[in-house]
Amino acid sequence: MQAWTDLILIAIVLTNLALSGLGSLGTCIHVMALQGVLLGLVTVGVQQGAVSLHGLVLVTGTVVIKGFVFPKLLRRAIREANIRQEVEPFVGFSSSLLIGTLSLPLAMWLSSRLPPIDPGVPSLLVPVSLHAIFVGLLLIVSRRKAVTQVLGYLALENGIFVFGVGLARQATLLVEMGILLDVFVAVFVMGIAIFHISREFDHIDTDQLSLLKE
Amino acid sequence: MPIAGWCQPVLGLLAAPLLLGIINRVKALFAGRQGPPLIQPYRDLYKLLGKGATYSKTTTLVFRLAPAAGLACVVLALTLLPLGASRAVLAFPGDLVLLIYLLGLVRFLTVIGALDTGSSFEGMGASREVQFSALAEPVLLLVMAGLARQGDSLSLSGIYPAVTAATWMEAGPALALIAAALLVVLLAENSRIPVDDPNTHLELTMIHEVMVLDYSGPDLAAILYGASLKLWVFGSLLVGVCVPVRTGWAIVDVPAFLAGMLVVAVLVGVVESIMARLRLLRVPQLLIGAGAMAMLALVLVVR
Amino acid sequence: MLAALFFVPVLAGLAAFVIRSHPVRRSVLLAAAVAHTALTVRVWLRPPASPVFDGLLHLDELGMLFLGITSLLFLAAAIYGVGYLRRENPEPRQDFEEGLLFVNAPEGIFTGCLLLFLAMMTLVCLSGHFGLTWVGVEATTLASAPLIYFHRHTRSLEATWKYLLICSVGIALALLGIFIACIAATDANGATIPLLTAELVRRASSLNQVWLKIGFVFLLVGYGTKMGLAPLHTWLPDAHSESPSVVSALLSGALLNCAFLSILRMHQVLVAAGCGAFGQDLLVLLGLISMGVAAIFIIGQQDFKRLLAYSSVEHVGILALGVGLGGVGVYGSMLHAVNHSMTKAMLFLVAGNILAAYGTKSCMQVRGVLSVLPISAVLWLAGFLAVTGSPPFGMFLSELTILKAALDQGHILAAVLYLVFLGMIFVGMASVFLGMAQGESSLPEDTRTPRETVLSILSPAVLGLIVLVLGLWIPAPVQNLLQQAAKALGGF
Repeated sequence: MQAWTDLILIAIVLTNLALSGLGSLGTCIHVMALQGVLLGLVTVGVQQGAVSLHGLVLVTGTVVIKGFVFPKLLRRAIREANIRQEVEPFVGFSSSLLIGTLSLPLAMWLSSRLPPIDPGVPSLLVPVSLHAIFVGLLLIVSRRKAVTQVLGYLALENGIFVFGVGLARQATLLVEMGILLDVFVAVFVMGIAIFHISREFDHIDTDQLSLLKE
Repeated sequence: MPIAGWCQPVLGLLAAPLLLGIINRVKALFAGRQGPPLIQPYRDLYKLLGKGATYSKTTTLVFRLAPAAGLACVVLALTLLPLGASRAVLAFPGDLVLLIYLLGLVRFLTVIGALDTGSSFEGMGASREVQFSALAEPVLLLVMAGLARQGDSLSLSGIYPAVTAATWMEAGPALALIAAALLVVLLAENSRIPVDDPNTHLELTMIHEVMVLDYSGPDLAAILYGASLKLWVFGSLLVGVCVPVRTGWAIVDVPAFLAGMLVVAVLVGVVESIMARLRLLRVPQLLIGAGAMAMLALVLVVR
Repeated sequence: MLAALFFVPVLAGLAAFVIRSHPVRRSVLLAAAVAHTALTVRVWLRPPASPVFDGLLHLDELGMLFLGITSLLFLAAAIYGVGYLRRENPEPRQDFEEGLLFVNAPEGIFTGCLLLFLAMMTLVCLSGHFGLTWVGVEATTLASAPLIYFHRHTRSLEATWKYLLICSVGIALALLGIFIACIAATDANGATIPLLTAELVRRASSLNQVWLKIGFVFLLVGYGTKMGLAPLHTWLPDAHSESPSVVSALLSGALLNCAFLSILRMHQVLVAAGCGAFGQDLLVLLGLISMGVAAIFIIGQQDFKRLLAYSSVEHVGILALGVGLGGVGVYGSMLHAVNHSMTKAMLFLVAGNILAAYGTKSCMQVRGVLSVLPISAVLWLAGFLAVTGSPPFGMFLSELTILKAALDQGHILAAVLYLVFLGMIFVGMASVFLGMAQGESSLPEDTRTPRETVLSILSPAVLGLIVLVLGLWIPAPVQNLLQQAAKALGGF
C-alpha cells in the first residue's frame, strides 16, 4: 500500500511538472483532470485500507469534482471566450519547467526542516504538496491568460488538499465537503468572470487589465 | 577474467552496424516496404573503404584527423562498459566521468571537423548540435548521479552489476524515470527522431548529417562506424538499467543483453516511424523535461 | 436560535434571486435585515446556553461583538440600499470616466448576493470550528464578487478579477495554515483534538508549539490578504472604489472585521498555548507596514473613494497593532473595530450621495458640497474628523488607548511611527475633504439641484451619531462586552 501511494505521489509530481512546461491549454486541462483522479487515489492510499463512509464520500466527491466537473467548466469557459488555445507566459516554457524542476529539491529540503510528523504518513507527502504549491504559485504569477491563472489556483488547492488529506485527521466530513464545495463555486464564479472579461475586453490577457493604478 | 566484460567490446565492434540495419528494417516494415537486408550497413562500410577520399582545398589537418580520432574515442568508451554481472575491461572509480567526457570528445571532434570546412551549412549544423548536447549532457550526468547513488559506487562496473531485480522492486519508480530520461538522451545524442531526422536530404533541416556532409571514402566509413558504436554505447547503458539479468553466468547474461539491444533497436525504429521531428524550438523543452525526470529520480534515490 | 441567524438571510437571499417584482424584493431585503438585527439583539440579551451542532456554532463575546457590528451595519446599508436601488437607472448609460456604455447587473442578483453575503459573514462570526470559519470566509469572497461587478464596466470587472484571484489564493494559504494547525492539535497520547476554538484553548498546553507557530504564519498571511493588511492589500483600493457605495460600506465595515476575527481565533489559541509573543510581534509589524503604506498612498490621492479605501487599510493596520501590543491595546483594538466600522460605513454612504450628485470621483472636480448637499456635507466633514481620530468622536478614544498601550510596553519606536503616520494621513485627508466641502459648487449651471432623500441621509446620520455618542459615553453593556472580548485575547 505504501509503495502504491508513493507511486501516485510521484505521478502527481510529474503532472505538476507537465503543467509548468506545457504550451497548449487543452492539454493542460487534461493534465489537471488526471491530477484530480490521482488525488482521489491518494485519498484511498492514505487511509491505508481502512475504508469508511466518510472516506468513500470524500474520494467520490474529489474524483467527480476535480477530475470531471472542473475540466468541463474550464473547457466551457475557453469555448465561450473564443480564444487561441495557447498558454501565453511571461516566463518561457523552458524556464518555467526549470523552475518547476528546481523547486523539487527545495521542497524536499524545506520538508526536512519541519518538525517530525506521524510515521504512518508517506514521507513523500509533504514534499509533494509543497512542490504543488510552488508550481501553483508559479503558474498564477507567470501566466497571462486568466484561464491559466485559474489552473494555477487549482494546482495550489490540490497541493494543499494533498497536505490536508495526509496529515489532518480531525476534519469532519461536513467541513471537508464544505471545502470542496467552496472550491467548486470559486471555479464556477471564476469561469463566469472569464466569460465577462472576454466579452468586455475581447481578450483574456490579464496583463492588460491595468486601468486601475495607484 | 571477466568473460562477459570482454564480450562487450567484441560484440560491439562486430554487431554495432547491425543495429542500424535493424532500425532501417523496422522503418521499412512500418512503411509497407520490404526494406534493405539487415547486413546492408556492412556492405556500405566495405564499399566506402574501397573508395578514395576527396578533400576540399579549404580543409586542414583537423578535418583529416577528426574521423579517426573520433572512432578511437568511441572504441575506448566501449571498453568501459560492463555487461551483466561482470566488470568491464577497464574499470576504476570515476570511470563514468571518463565515459561522458569521451562521448563529449567525439562530439567535439565532429564539430571542429565540420567547422574546419568553412562552409555555412556545417557551421549551422554544428551550432545546433552543440546547443542540444549542452542540454543533453547535464541530463546524462543527473542520470549517472542517480544510478551512482543507487549503486553506491562511482564506477560503471560497480553501478550496473548492482541493478538487479531486487533493485527494481525497491526503487522501481526512480529506475523507470531514469530509463525514460536515458531513452530521450539516446534519441538526442544519436540524432534520431524526434530530435533530428537521419533521412532528410534538405541541408537546412539537418543537424548531424550536415556536419558529415563533406566526408568521403574511408573517412565517411569511420564516421558511420563510429556513429553505430555510439548507438551501441547508449543502448547498452539503457539495457543495463532495463534488463536486470545478473546471474553471473556469461551464457545467460550475454544473450539477455543482446535481446535487450534488439528491443532497443526495434524501439528506436518504431519511434522514428510513428513520430515526426519536433520543431527546433521544442527540442530544448523535451530535453529539460527529460532533465526534470532525471532530477526527480535523483531526489527519490537520495531521500 | 444561532442557526436561525444564518438561515434567515440565506433563505431571503435565495428568494431574492427568484422574485421578479422590484418593490417586493426590496421589502424582502429590509425585512431580512430587520429580522437579523432583532435576532442579534435577542441573542445578545439571552445568550444560548450550550454550543450547537457539536460545537460547530459557538457564540462567545468576541463573536458577539463582531456579529453585532455586522448586523447593525447591514441594517443601515439595507435602508440606504433601498433608496439607492430606487434611483439607479437600469438602462444602458454612459460611464463618466471612459464614456463607454455600460449597464447594471440585474437587481435580483445584487439583492440576493447581498443577503448571502450577510449570511456568510454571520457564519464566520458564529463559527466555533476553524474549518467552518474557512468555509465562511471563502464564501464571503464568492458572494461579494458579483456585488463589486454591479456596474458592468471594464474597471469594475478588472477590480472583481483581482479581488477574486488575490483573495482566493490568500484564503487557500489560510487553508494550509488550518491543516498545519490540525497537525499541532495532537496531544501527548497521539489522539487528535477537534479544531474547535474552545477545545483548543482548553487543552492549549498539549499543543505542539512549532507547528502552531507555522500554522499561525500561514493563517495570518491568508486571512491578512482578506483583511487588507499591507503588503497583501493590493485588491482593496480597486474593489472598494469600483463597487457601489453600499457594497463598499459593507466590505470596509463588516468584511474586514470578519477576516480580523478569523485571525483572532488563532491568536486566542496561541496566547493560551504560551507563544502569544510570537503572534504579537508579527501583528505589530504588519500593522505598522499597513499604516505606512496607507499614509504614502493617501497623500496626493485623486479619487475620493480610493482615499477612503486606503484609510481602511490604515485602520486595519491600527487594529492589528492594537492586538499586537497587548495589554490595554487589545481593548483599544476592540473599541476601534466598532468605531471604524461605523465611521467608514457612514463615509462610504455619504460618498455615494456625492458621487450620485456630481457624477465624478475626482477630488479635484468636486467642489462646494456644502451648498449642493448640505446635510451630506456636514456628515462628510464630521466623518473626516472622526476617521482621522479627532475628539469628540469615538476613534479618538480607541486610538489614544492603543498609543497608551504602546508607551506602557516601552515600544517607543512603534509609538513614534504610529503618531507620524496618523499625522501624515490627517494632512492628506484634510486637503481633500475640506477642499471638496467648501467653495463654490462645481456643478454646471443648468443641472437640477439634487435632492437629499430621507433614505439617503438616515443611515449615515444614525451611524455618525453612534460614533459621536461612543466618543462621549460608552454604555455599560457595550463596555462589558468589549472588556470580555479583550480578556479572551489575553488583554485587559
